[in-house]
Amino acid sequence: MAAAPEHRPTFAALSLGDRLARAAPFVLIPALVVLGYATIGSTSSWLTLTVSGLAMGMMIFIMASGLTLVFGLMDVINFGHGAFISVGAFVGVSVLIALGGWTGTPSLMLNIAAVLLAALAATTVTGALGWGFERVIVRPVYGAHLKQILVTVGGLIVIEQLIHVIWGPDEIFLTRPETLKGAITFAGAAMEKYRLLAVAVGLVLFVAMRLILTRTKIGLIVRAGVQNGEMVEALGYRLRLVFIGVFVAGSALAGLGGVMWGLYQEVITAGMGEEMMILVFIVVIIGGLGSVEGAFIGALLVGLLQNYVAFLEPKLALVSNIGLMTAILMWRPQGMLPVVKAK
Amino acid sequence: MTMHLLSGDRPRSVVLTVLLLAILAALALAPFLFPGVRSLETAARICIFIVLVASYDLLLGYTGIVSFAHTMFFGIGAYGVALGLTHMGSTPGAMLAGTLLGALAAAVLALAIGLFSLRVRAIFFAMITLAVASAVAVLVSQFSALTGGEDGLNYKIPRALTPAFRLGEVAGLKITGKVLNYYLVFFVSLALFLLLLRVVNSPFGRVLEAIRENEFRAEAIGYKVVWYRTIATCLSAAVAALAGSLFAIWLRYVGPDTTLSFEIMLDILLMVVIGGMGTMYGAVIGATIFVLAQNYLQALMGVAADATASLPLLPQLFDPDRWLLWLGLLFVLSVYFFPTGIVGRLRAGR
Repeated sequence: MAAAPEHRPTFAALSLGDRLARAAPFVLIPALVVLGYATIGSTSSWLTLTVSGLAMGMMIFIMASGLTLVFGLMDVINFGHGAFISVGAFVGVSVLIALGGWTGTPSLMLNIAAVLLAALAATTVTGALGWGFERVIVRPVYGAHLKQILVTVGGLIVIEQLIHVIWGPDEIFLTRPETLKGAITFAGAAMEKYRLLAVAVGLVLFVAMRLILTRTKIGLIVRAGVQNGEMVEALGYRLRLVFIGVFVAGSALAGLGGVMWGLYQEVITAGMGEEMMILVFIVVIIGGLGSVEGAFIGALLVGLLQNYVAFLEPKLALVSNIGLMTAILMWRPQGMLPVVKAK
Repeated sequence: MTMHLLSGDRPRSVVLTVLLLAILAALALAPFLFPGVRSLETAARICIFIVLVASYDLLLGYTGIVSFAHTMFFGIGAYGVALGLTHMGSTPGAMLAGTLLGALAAAVLALAIGLFSLRVRAIFFAMITLAVASAVAVLVSQFSALTGGEDGLNYKIPRALTPAFRLGEVAGLKITGKVLNYYLVFFVSLALFLLLLRVVNSPFGRVLEAIRENEFRAEAIGYKVVWYRTIATCLSAAVAALAGSLFAIWLRYVGPDTTLSFEIMLDILLMVVIGGMGTMYGAVIGATIFVLAQNYLQALMGVAADATASLPLLPQLFDPDRWLLWLGLLFVLSVYFFPTGIVGRLRAGR
């Protein structure tokens, strides 16, 4: 019998280079903010732009988080995600318009209640829609990427057209509730109240999502499922159910993002989901498909860069996102924080 | 001889053969069989979309890659011709230069996109092409000094291709430049289609199919999957750009809505799926049925909307503007229930 081969494992700390490479994506946002300050020069405009960039980034993150998790968990790429954004916006805005008496008065309580009700209605409807979408559209095509893409695009078109049927072909203009109008002046910089609110909501959601994913059992199962689904199933968890839950939650978040985006732009169209999907895809790709943290960083980068570039060179803003995506993919072809698959 | 032209890829179904021959004959004799501006317009559109859809089939059906940038390449070809004719005068040379430059630009752009996204995961490609195509569409409508913005460009084509140019009469039909223009479209489309048929039946095409069936195995046998995919992307982009050039020459107008919109992308997807993915002949059937339906079905929907005007909801559903709703439904259903399309069905039922 042959002797076991010589084997002397050694434990070595990560080299400085490795640690830097790991931390690099997290440093990008402060770096971009500092770079923005250096090129813009004026503190007040920089502050305004940074807040609006963060607000935009947070809203994109809310829309993108569900998509990236759904992909990570079940290898399902849902091109119909944008439909939930549009539906959420239309449902939410309809509620806000119906509650016109509440939003028209300058009472903080009534305004907040109206917005909360709108958000609740939007997330409920899009969550239910997501459940139906999963059953009818996505389930028959598991494991076939090509069909998934085709079928979900078809679903997107159908839902978008149904919005036209229900709400009419025109865009809907709306005004924000009274107490969310206007801006706060801080250090000479005007910051819109609504944008600050959006940043706060985004941060709270991100922290909550992180806590759920890292501190709860269901989060553990989701993370394990992303890394190695077969193993999780072998341990007796019904990953299918978890997946449906994540799909519904992701759709509801997209709907919430839609309401917030509608209030941000003060106009909604049936095509808005499709337009947002492009940003969402860019965010999900540069973040690394399946990674929530990656999507967060990516969303903030996209939001900040777009606002800075729009201020410095308006024509370039259209291609700044594509430029960012190209640069990041040249640096890390799998995205900034690729999900390590144990398969 | 015929077998040689078809690169040995027979239709393999009697019904399909008859259908294809009928379409070929109808298109070849369209100016004589269906006089009238509208029907000639339809026939030219069918020719151009057959090429466009066939080039997309090379990607989707044969290589198994989903791209949402196909209308972008189509548009690049169209704008190439438009810019050539606008800035270099309306000569055949300018037309040719615009065509070739457009095809070249499309191929180079496809190469860049392919090298970026196909290297990692084929699924990136779908998302990245969507992003790039929308960026290009926005750019085209923003830089109106060059592209005419939302209004698009009108330009003059060489006089020999316009209705003002008269050549005489054949079989009771006045041969004008318009007819010549149609035959230019027809023969170039035919040549491009046969070229694509040649490509998919070459050893190169077999490798593409192998990659579609099992990427890992193809790589293991020793084919560089990335390169094959990238070359297929470039080839399909170049052919799409040529189809775009034909469209621009035929219409004498380019604009974002007619060449770059997502709606056309959807039309192409539908034509491929309905006709049958990975068959090339599917492109012919799909494009013909779809263009005919598009021209005549919308009118039918208008009638249905009027007939149901007194009922709730139905008139909105049948509104001709909601044409896309029904297309979307049809699309989803055909992906589920007819994944092989009409051609696949005909071949299976032989």
